[in-house]
Amino acid sequence: MAIDAGIPADAANEPTLVPGAHVPIDASNYLNNGHTVASWLLSVDHKRIALLYLGGVTFFFLIGGFFAVIFRLELITPRGDLVQPETYNKLFTLHGITMIFFFLIPAIPAVLGNFLIPIMIGAKDLAFPKLNLLSWYIYMLGGVLTILVALAGGVDTGWTFYPPYSSMFSNTWVVLTAVGVFITGFSSILTGLNFFVTIHKMRAPGMTWFRLPLFVWSLYATSIIMILGTPVLAITVLLVGIERIFGVGIFDPSYGGDPVLFQHLFWFYSHPAVYIMILPAMGVTSELVAAFSRKKPFGYAFIAMSSIAIAIFGFLVWGHHMFPAGQSIYAGMIFALLSFLTAIPSAIKVFNWTATLYKGSVSLETPMLYALGFIGLFTIGGLTGLFLPSVGVDIHVHDTYFVVAHFHYIMVGGTVMAYLGGIHYWWPKITGRMYPDWWGRLSALIIFVGFNLTFFPQFIVGYMGMPRRYWAYPEEFQTLNVLSSAGASILGVGYLLPLAYFAWSLKYAPHAGSNPWGAFGLEWTTPSPPPTENFKTTPTVDFEAYAYPHKEEERVG
Amino acid sequence: MAHTVISIRTYAIVYLLLMLLMAATIGAHYLHLGRMALAAAMAIAIIKAVLVVLYFMHVRYSSHLTWVVSVGAFCWLMILFGLTFNDYIARGWVGE
Amino acid sequence: MANGILAHHFADIEQQRETASLGMWVFLATEVMFFGGLFLTYTVYRWTYPEAFAAGSSHLSVWLGGINTAVLLTSSFSMALAVHAAQEGRPRALMLWLVATMILGAAFLGIKAYEWMHEAHLGLLPGTGFAFTTPDPARFTSREVELFFVLYFTMTGFHALHMIIGLTIMAVLLLQAYRRRYSQVYNSPVEVSGLYWHFVDIVWIFLFPLLYLVS
Repeated sequence: MAIDAGIPADAANEPTLVPGAHVPIDASNYLNNGHTVASWLLSVDHKRIALLYLGGVTFFFLIGGFFAVIFRLELITPRGDLVQPETYNKLFTLHGITMIFFFLIPAIPAVLGNFLIPIMIGAKDLAFPKLNLLSWYIYMLGGVLTILVALAGGVDTGWTFYPPYSSMFSNTWVVLTAVGVFITGFSSILTGLNFFVTIHKMRAPGMTWFRLPLFVWSLYATSIIMILGTPVLAITVLLVGIERIFGVGIFDPSYGGDPVLFQHLFWFYSHPAVYIMILPAMGVTSELVAAFSRKKPFGYAFIAMSSIAIAIFGFLVWGHHMFPAGQSIYAGMIFALLSFLTAIPSAIKVFNWTATLYKGSVSLETPMLYALGFIGLFTIGGLTGLFLPSVGVDIHVHDTYFVVAHFHYIMVGGTVMAYLGGIHYWWPKITGRMYPDWWGRLSALIIFVGFNLTFFPQFIVGYMGMPRRYWAYPEEFQTLNVLSSAGASILGVGYLLPLAYFAWSLKYAPHAGSNPWGAFGLEWTTPSPPPTENFKTTPTVDFEAYAYPHKEEERVG
Repeated sequence: MAHTVISIRTYAIVYLLLMLLMAATIGAHYLHLGRMALAAAMAIAIIKAVLVVLYFMHVRYSSHLTWVVSVGAFCWLMILFGLTFNDYIARGWVGE
Repeated sequence: MANGILAHHFADIEQQRETASLGMWVFLATEVMFFGGLFLTYTVYRWTYPEAFAAGSSHLSVWLGGINTAVLLTSSFSMALAVHAAQEGRPRALMLWLVATMILGAAFLGIKAYEWMHEAHLGLLPGTGFAFTTPDPARFTSREVELFFVLYFTMTGFHALHMIIGLTIMAVLLLQAYRRRYSQVYNSPVEVSGLYWHFVDIVWIFLFPLLYLVS
């Protein structure tokens, strides 16, 4: 069919949600192009690799969630009575490592990014398809190592690996974990490299930078962070490994080493890493808000540029993790100021999303519920991200549940919700099936309620002084902890429901047309699911981004 | 990226310059310049690196993007160094 | 297009070449940050313990380090000539210069290995066997000097590892050149491998004065 602006102008593009309706699907698409296990495990098709990643990240999300279930059970009572304290340390460590390195960092880029970037820019594949497959194998290898660590007895240093504990005193599988993280880092680096080069070199004729979807902009910014930050983590964990294996000093004070130097190196990556986790989520949100307001995002160029700004500023603020660590107070002040500046581009995005909603033609399908949830929860998490770099406030809340709540609001209330929103939005494109929206909305609501019940009490209990990573706590914090654990159980149910209805949809749900949402973008001009080569002929792009028809008399901006 | 094929003669000149600069590095060391020794050595090293990047790695004749990537990486390293040393030089400045 | 050298997802050979080149440059940016972390660690500790580092450095052989620098610079030259030969579509010259580069690279590694063995023999390997005792405990401790050597061995070790990888890549290139796989039209593997090798050279350009020439 003709490559047009992607706006449904006729019945042929209307969503067909009649169960069992026969919608002609392109006989050959990427899903049925080869049925053997080898055709999947050796595929260099970015869409299949995206699904391989989907399997991987879902698996590790469940594993990470499992660890959390156990320690949330422990925290129902103030005394430590479910597990040993050493076990508790291993649980939160493994929860952090699994969730951060094996879910949050790869999820949106490697699942949605891999699938969508080539299609969104009008290309047949990423720049380096074989590297893409290698990236997945490296990811799985790192993940398997981490599982082995868990089975062999775990690691108890916290995901932050601070020496001298990690290098000199911990009796757990530190080196093996460091190797797992090191290996997985390469997966991240290769993905970032692939995306960066692809977006520069593989855009279809006419696809100029300012015609790109905002999702692509956000992944471009993410790839910059992956490229420049991850290698520093790599060398840092290697140095800890060298200390342990060879019994030498690098961060060991008795050698004149400085443990704070480790923290500088570690957080130089790990702070930008949180932007690796949130930028793609912001990109998804831009897409969802636009599609479900049927409006070009307000301030498109500002949103695009703010992604780059976040990527750059994000590298300048790492010391706000180290205020009480022995860093100079003067440096702390500089990092604090820079951290406040970094909030500005994020705020710009929130303002622009809100302005997009205003007088848009808003509809509340499942993806939009997730997008709205993202905007609200990210705002709360982000605002508390201003409390924390205020040095004076941080003295009181550092290493308390206030911090835990802050980052869970951003990572779970933010990234996970955006990820789910994206999966629900692009599911029909990826699988050719439309899941039942009613179940989608119900799950979104359960997740929203469960999430807030889990993490809002943690702001309070942290502000009241409850430290993080503690196995037992004073009696007065119990009520809030019980609420939090109760919320976690609701959240768990909310996460399991999509697994069920998505699986159901693969076999029983009606086929989705090429553009079930009536949205704008190159991906909606291909069949659902797309053919292996994405486009029969390379499209020529002669339309602006998000050229939704606007109502002249009411249009804002 | 470089369409231009750099001549062997250019390579040879750059190579000779590099060798001379290497000799200068060692020579400077034996001059015992004290506090200036590190600065001198680093300055020479930077010149050598720039020559390698511009000519052996063709950046002189490459696209703007290549230039941005190579310079950008170096800038990021400076961020790492700069803000870390921001801590180390200032330890003890503000009363503890 | 030409038999099997244009991958299916590229529009033309030029796009493929530019993509390969940019890919290698981006990878080198990651390497800058990787070694950069090491250089930062070194710089912080040298700034903190200038005397200890000077003492440690004085045990390294400026001669051998200098010869190695010359060897590596020459190998960069020969690699540039190899790339040049590939761009001109001259496979025999390409093979010749690749072999020259590999010989020089191997020579570097040989000298390095000799240095390490010598330093180990002197008891300068960090760990339980470290045998240096400070002549002047007021100015610097033995453990600080050991810290210098931890960094020396780690940094030169990672550099050597990168050289070994480089030599392996060159062996592959040599084989492909022998099979006449490269031409004026298609030579980007040689070009990007050259970029990698020059980068490894640049790392040494900084390592040499920082490790060997501390005064």
